[in-house]
Amino acid sequence: MGTEVVAGGAREEMLRRIRAANGHATDDAAVVETQWNALPRGYKRAGTLGREAKLELLEERLRDYDASVTRARTGAVAAEIARILKERGKRRTVVPQGLAEALGEALPEGFEFVADEGMTTAELDGFEGVVTASTVAIAETGTIVLQNVPGQGRRAPTLVPDYHLCVVRAGDVVETVPEAMARLEATAKLATTFISGPSATADIEMTRIKGVHGPRFLDVILAE
Amino acid sequence: MSGAGLDPRTAPKFQVAARALVGDSQMRKNVRHATKVIQTKRARVVAEMPDWEELREAGKEIRQHTMRHLDFYLEQFERNCTAAGGHVHWARNAEEARQIVVGLVKASGADGKSPSEVIKIKSMTTEEIQLNKALEAAGIHAHETDLAELIIQLGHDQPSHIVVPALHKNRAQIREIFQREMHLPGSDFSNLGGTPQDLADAARRFLREKFLRVKTAVSGANFLVAETGGVCIVESEGNGRMCLTLPETLISVAGIDKVVPRFQDLEVMLQLLPRSATGERMNPYNSIWTGVDKTAAGDGPRTFHVVLMDNARTEILADKEARQTLHCIRCGACLNSCPVYQQTGGHAYGSVYAGPIGAILTPQLMEMHHAQSLPYASSLCGACYEVCPVKINIPEVLIHLRNRVVKQQSAGLNLLVNPEVMALKAVAMVFRSEGVFRASQKLGRLAELPLSRKDGQGVGWIEWMPGMLGGWSQVRDLRVMPKQTFRQWFEQREKARAKKAASDGN
Amino acid sequence: MRVSLFITCYNDTLFPETGKAVVKVLERLGHTVDFPAGQTCCGQMHWNTGYQEEALPLLPRFLKQFKDSEVIVSPSTSCVAMMKDHYPIMAERMKDPKITAEVAAILPKVWEFSQFLTQKLGLEDVGAYYPHRVTYHASCHGLRSMKLGDGPQRLLRAVRGIDLVEIENLEQCCGFGGTFAIKNAEVSSAMLAEKVRGVLNTRAEVVTGCDNSCLMHIGGALHRQRTGVRPVHLAEILAGEE
Repeated sequence: MGTEVVAGGAREEMLRRIRAANGHATDDAAVVETQWNALPRGYKRAGTLGREAKLELLEERLRDYDASVTRARTGAVAAEIARILKERGKRRTVVPQGLAEALGEALPEGFEFVADEGMTTAELDGFEGVVTASTVAIAETGTIVLQNVPGQGRRAPTLVPDYHLCVVRAGDVVETVPEAMARLEATAKLATTFISGPSATADIEMTRIKGVHGPRFLDVILAE
Repeated sequence: MSGAGLDPRTAPKFQVAARALVGDSQMRKNVRHATKVIQTKRARVVAEMPDWEELREAGKEIRQHTMRHLDFYLEQFERNCTAAGGHVHWARNAEEARQIVVGLVKASGADGKSPSEVIKIKSMTTEEIQLNKALEAAGIHAHETDLAELIIQLGHDQPSHIVVPALHKNRAQIREIFQREMHLPGSDFSNLGGTPQDLADAARRFLREKFLRVKTAVSGANFLVAETGGVCIVESEGNGRMCLTLPETLISVAGIDKVVPRFQDLEVMLQLLPRSATGERMNPYNSIWTGVDKTAAGDGPRTFHVVLMDNARTEILADKEARQTLHCIRCGACLNSCPVYQQTGGHAYGSVYAGPIGAILTPQLMEMHHAQSLPYASSLCGACYEVCPVKINIPEVLIHLRNRVVKQQSAGLNLLVNPEVMALKAVAMVFRSEGVFRASQKLGRLAELPLSRKDGQGVGWIEWMPGMLGGWSQVRDLRVMPKQTFRQWFEQREKARAKKAASDGN
Repeated sequence: MRVSLFITCYNDTLFPETGKAVVKVLERLGHTVDFPAGQTCCGQMHWNTGYQEEALPLLPRFLKQFKDSEVIVSPSTSCVAMMKDHYPIMAERMKDPKITAEVAAILPKVWEFSQFLTQKLGLEDVGAYYPHRVTYHASCHGLRSMKLGDGPQRLLRAVRGIDLVEIENLEQCCGFGGTFAIKNAEVSSAMLAEKVRGVLNTRAEVVTGCDNSCLMHIGGALHRQRTGVRPVHLAEILAGEE
């Protein structure tokens, strides 16, 4: 195709122009690595808070985003899920595969949890909510990170329904963004979503309102 | 069409556009309110970071390092993205980028038929190349899905801010646009409420139907990660996630400046960007994905394209003083902090890139053939540099670009027809000699004499000035030169002292 | 200390009272002041407007005039900022290692007037008396490039008889910006209007600062509106006596 030919020429020309602008071509990965390693990183990387202070900070920051947070002991997470779903009036939710294993508990009775096996968007749109686990949470920013692994699953199910209940294990809570990125490094190529509170917008007169498209309601269970 | 009217090739000079906008009190009020709110929020979340300066320094250094090895990192990105199932395309300029995207959209339809619609995430890069217009010409309608972009699109308006494109509109104006322009079978938007929540709900209803139906999406990109071949998009509403996740085909258009070396570098960018852009500790959603998911269930689009676009960026890279322009991560903090932008709003800049960053980026994207008035759209107060998360010294770049403009204007015969150039060159000669300087101080006093009027205290004031100085005297008086310069006073004093010393010595 | 005064071209021509006040304050503090007679302009107007080639010859001129100075004091934040920020770049542009070396040697000796008092001499009270209601305007160059901080305000607070009131939006530019006020007169005027409102809201009799260019700009509008509020350079307040 014509486009392909043009594109091929474009690649070489752009690289040539970059090299001319820089006055050199970079082809030695070792040199680049040495220079990258020497970049100044004087910012805070490791957190300083104790365990409880860290959890409290996460709770505070999540609430700041209008998410609601409760705590549950390990073994009582399923019961907390049941309590919250009942209170929210959610009966039929979609869940990723492997959620029970990820939580280490069977899902509570009396609700319909439908496992996502590649549902269509229209099917997902019919659910009242979604329940997932999480990979890591960042206290300083009130962020929960989901990846495409068992218990968290594909991205669409946590997006289309209007309600998200997310379980965060206390051991997965870190204080800083760099700590979180270090944890994610090994699985960096998986589809990854950072969620900081429910969907929101401030596009109209800078008034923060529960937003437009993602789940407008986010509940978080902190499992210890 | 959003962005179509903001073309630096045809836009009036900043001074001319600004003159009209400064008179739009509603727009100025809206802009003032929005910039003040964001600035306050930003200041609060930046103040809680004791390591903010170190983060800025790291941000700057990462960007600098990336640019120095841009060829290496782009090739690395291409390799890794391709290995993960993505397709990478290269576009030298806007025209090539548009051709590639239109071609890809056409090919994305089922049974070889071109789709008639795409959904789109807010993207400055696609605004820069006026992609929507090109798609429209090919019979493809692009639905903007960001709330602000939707307001702009439905209102047949232009974006006025990098991050909050509709900040020049208030709720009443937005309601009016939605009532007039939103049409959806089975939905009635005519009795829409007027609160921001009502308006957001209307957008949710209006767009959800598109998310569920349209199978091709177009996006920009905040960061391309060379090490993994991954792409990162930062957003608030979830419209981005919808476009990145639900369609079958995703086409992301990114300037070549968007690459970062490694996944770990996001730990710096994802701290700098949200705090600077919207004053949040973290924006509601960040998506990072790599190529396509080939498992049976499938996570996200089955076909993924990245278009790497130059469009004068390599030209900027070749300018030693100005290449830091490419470090920009499009947070918009410089717009909010800029006292000029606060007065004029974004449209005066005649470009999708407004404010201080627009004033340096736009003329360079035009290779200095257009938008030469923009480097002068600044009082050089330095507020932009102070808030820039990657420490772009915008005032320095402005001054450098002014120099490039002056060189254009003084080339050949231009010199003789440009009164400013002639005047400044003449004054420069004055300063090169003390004698000439003294003489022109005297001369100046004579020249201003006819303009001077004495006030009650006997002090002379100038209330009107001719020609290009006339703008000053519209709202300001100018005191006339005192009879004696400082140097005359000082010399007289020295002489008197010397005389006294001599007579004391006698 | 022997202080060489770099008065700057516009203070020399338009604001001689400021120079006289600087001399008075420094002599009152026991220093001697000299005035290298060949001095003209720092080059700011040309450099910042884009006429960089025209600004270049002013650098060796400055170096020659002040080569024997112990310290150099100037009552203009924007001119000092020009020198500190751009003289090294200009030297580099001139490709003369001698000039580069001389710039590196001379810049640490250059002080803005208020900065000289607070940072070099470590003073706050310079023995001034000024029985007026005063508000301070922080020029952008002083604030951001020179990082004067609250140095000028500390000097003012120590003045006997003064009633110092803070202006709202202290960090906001007045809209002068050199040729900006000419080239973009309407936008500049809109910025100025806000600054003037701020000044008037303080109900001060006098607006002061460390840069006569901003004061000329603000003062021009204050006079046009017949407000009666006067612009007065900081040095002239510090020169005040009972």
